[in-house]
Amino acid sequence: MAGDCWLILGASSSIARAFARAVAERGDRVLLAGRDQDDLARTAADLGIRYGVECEILEFDALAFDRHADFAALVEARAFGSLNVFLAFGTMVDQSQIDRSPSLARLVLDTNLGGAISILSHLAPVMEAQGKGRIVVIGSVAGDRGRRANHVYGAAKAGLHAYCQGLRARLFRSGVTLTTIKPGFVDTSMTWGLPGLFLVASPAACARACLRHADRGAGVRYVPAFWWGIMTTIRLIPEPLFKRLSI
Amino acid sequence: MTLTGWGRTAWAGVTAARPERIRDVYEILGDVGDDGLIVHGAGRSYGDVALNRDGRVLLSERLDRILAFDEATGEIVCEAGVTFAELIETFLPRGFLVPVAPGTSFATVGGAVANDVHGKNHDRVGSFGDHVRWFEMALPDGQLIRVDPDTQPGLFAATVGGLGLTGVLLTVCFRMVTVPSARMEVEESRIPDLDAFLDALVAVRETADYSVGWIDALASGASLGRGILQTAFFKTDAPATFRPRRRISVPADLPGWVLNPVTVSTFNRFYFRRVPEEGRTGERAADAFLFPLDAVGRWNRIYGRRGFYQFQCVIPDDAAGDGIRKLLEIASSARAGSFLAVLKTLGGEGRGFLSFPMRGVTLALDFPARRGVRELLHRLTDITMLHGGRVYLAKDAVLTPEQFSEMYPRLDDFRAVLRDVDPDGRMRSDLSRRLHIRGEGEWRATAGSSWAHPPA
Ligand SMILES: Cc1cc2nc3c(=O)[nH]c(=O)nc-3n(C[C@H](O)[C@H](O)[C@H](O)COP(=O)(O)OP(=O)(O)OC[C@H]3O[C@@H](n4cnc5c(N)ncnc54)[C@H](O)[C@@H]3O)c2cc1C
Repeated sequence: MAGDCWLILGASSSIARAFARAVAERGDRVLLAGRDQDDLARTAADLGIRYGVECEILEFDALAFDRHADFAALVEARAFGSLNVFLAFGTMVDQSQIDRSPSLARLVLDTNLGGAISILSHLAPVMEAQGKGRIVVIGSVAGDRGRRANHVYGAAKAGLHAYCQGLRARLFRSGVTLTTIKPGFVDTSMTWGLPGLFLVASPAACARACLRHADRGAGVRYVPAFWWGIMTTIRLIPEPLFKRLSI
Repeated sequence: MTLTGWGRTAWAGVTAARPERIRDVYEILGDVGDDGLIVHGAGRSYGDVALNRDGRVLLSERLDRILAFDEATGEIVCEAGVTFAELIETFLPRGFLVPVAPGTSFATVGGAVANDVHGKNHDRVGSFGDHVRWFEMALPDGQLIRVDPDTQPGLFAATVGGLGLTGVLLTVCFRMVTVPSARMEVEESRIPDLDAFLDALVAVRETADYSVGWIDALASGASLGRGILQTAFFKTDAPATFRPRRRISVPADLPGWVLNPVTVSTFNRFYFRRVPEEGRTGERAADAFLFPLDAVGRWNRIYGRRGFYQFQCVIPDDAAGDGIRKLLEIASSARAGSFLAVLKTLGGEGRGFLSFPMRGVTLALDFPARRGVRELLHRLTDITMLHGGRVYLAKDAVLTPEQFSEMYPRLDDFRAVLRDVDPDGRMRSDLSRRLHIRGEGEWRATAGSSWAHPPA
């Protein structure tokens, strides 16, 4: 699909950066959107030098709901009828922190769920009008079952999952696909205490899988794929037992 | 997590952070704990220079963006975690090459600055630091500073070859060179003994694009120092196309006994005989010539889980014949199973206070970690000192603080800068503690040495 244009929402995250490289490498144009403009400018320079692609940066804040309509209009103008969307923004706040200051719950919901639904709702008509294109939404295995350790984040991702199911059915009618990717652990940026996780995928591997699934127009995919097995097992645990477990 | 140097003889349990944006670095510097911080690049140094046992480590691999490139001048600006492999893949097809390349393309630009690395063309172009125009770094106190040799000469000279001790390199600007193609004409000739080798190396040091000698370190007597001399020139009539090489990888540690004097000397003899007596000339992809060992991923595993040491020193020209001969005599009589040794000439001092190069001849030898090898390394170090030479800190395992300060006469200048930019000693490594780089009393009662066997 060379000649396409990819809007990357939340382009500073490691998966988004790796995804931008994957599409730029095959010659697609890239619109990098996010809050940290300095960081996006560095990524844009990198993509331009490595792959010789055109790359623009756009200011985007998931929480600035009242600017999402204008943002979608801007994107429509810059995409020249070949828009694809990769949505990777999100904020992960420790559940223990939310337990201590409950008002943080709203931030998590507004960003991961409200912000995502809002911008996708504004972009959906653009995609419908062009009658083609791919959307990739980074979900999370945390949305598969509410766990004590991260149930606010999990609730947001579960909501996003339901929204995407419906939007997928809507867009299907105009030839647009929506792929929900549920990464297991991806070894993203971390400050002190990088754990010795062994079930991790590198951002580059995860990005390649996202692109493969998007190209095929897949619906929901776990990355790496074995997470489907893990999460199916976790979903099957009866609630009376589950609430006693510390997972 | 546990980190190790490339030789897998030095191990350290560390608390690590892996920033993805520049501003994460400031957060990390704001909380370095009691035991200090060191940057770990690609971990291609052999010893303890990028380790900080029980302390903190910043992994720079995700700071990997190329920020600017000027086709007219070859000037490039990139983040410090960019690797040589990425630079070659991106720029060789466009006719540009890094001015200096170490023997592995997996090293990062930050690591190349911090060890002021040299290549097979040192006589003509100097080491990596000679091509650096400026860099941006986060000082230990979190201050962002742009350093160039004219406005910040002290900090520049303390950071080039500065072993990561002056702070965290963020971006580096240097000049790439133009090359006529991506292929090289490589001439190989058999050299019968050491004297002939030194003569041959000296004869080509200023004329060949690249030159390197591979010595059979187990050969002794009349054939002591025999080996293969390679000289290489870029071809002008070949394409610039570059295809990444297919790599095989060593899947697991080989048992320790695999490399013994018999297997190694057989290999070495085979390597020598491969080249016909009258020599030969052939064409090779530039990366295959520059990074021969990169063809085998994780080759350090062939030494087994106990790992290996590399010893590398440089001896000044006038003492080189005598000094290199004594080193090779000790190595071959120890029958310690050193693979091919590498012999190169170096052209002169680097720009860093602790830069390794000096005008002379450098020898590198690998030894599997066996009983008695550290004593052997001490003997090689003593010979090096007797001949006015110096040991490369990127490889070192056994230097003492006294030997170190004698080999590196500009250490006081280095210390003066450190006192200025890092008075509290926030940047620290196992090497800096072992060699008392910050001065007397740099030690930590709680910390042991990282030279230990791998955790079970
Ligand atoms: C097969 C092989 C061949 C080699 N051949 C050569 C050769 O020909 N010539 C030569 O000179 N060397 C050679 N080396 C050694 C290697 O080039 C150096 O050790 C180099 O510094 C490794 O870079 P790295 O990115 O792996 O850094 P590391 O080994 O991870 O770190 C090296 C030093 O750089 C510092 N550092 C790294 N990044 C930063 C940063 N962003 N800011 C501040 N400090 C930083 C670290 O703190 C440490 O002090 C070879 C190594 C191998 C494995």
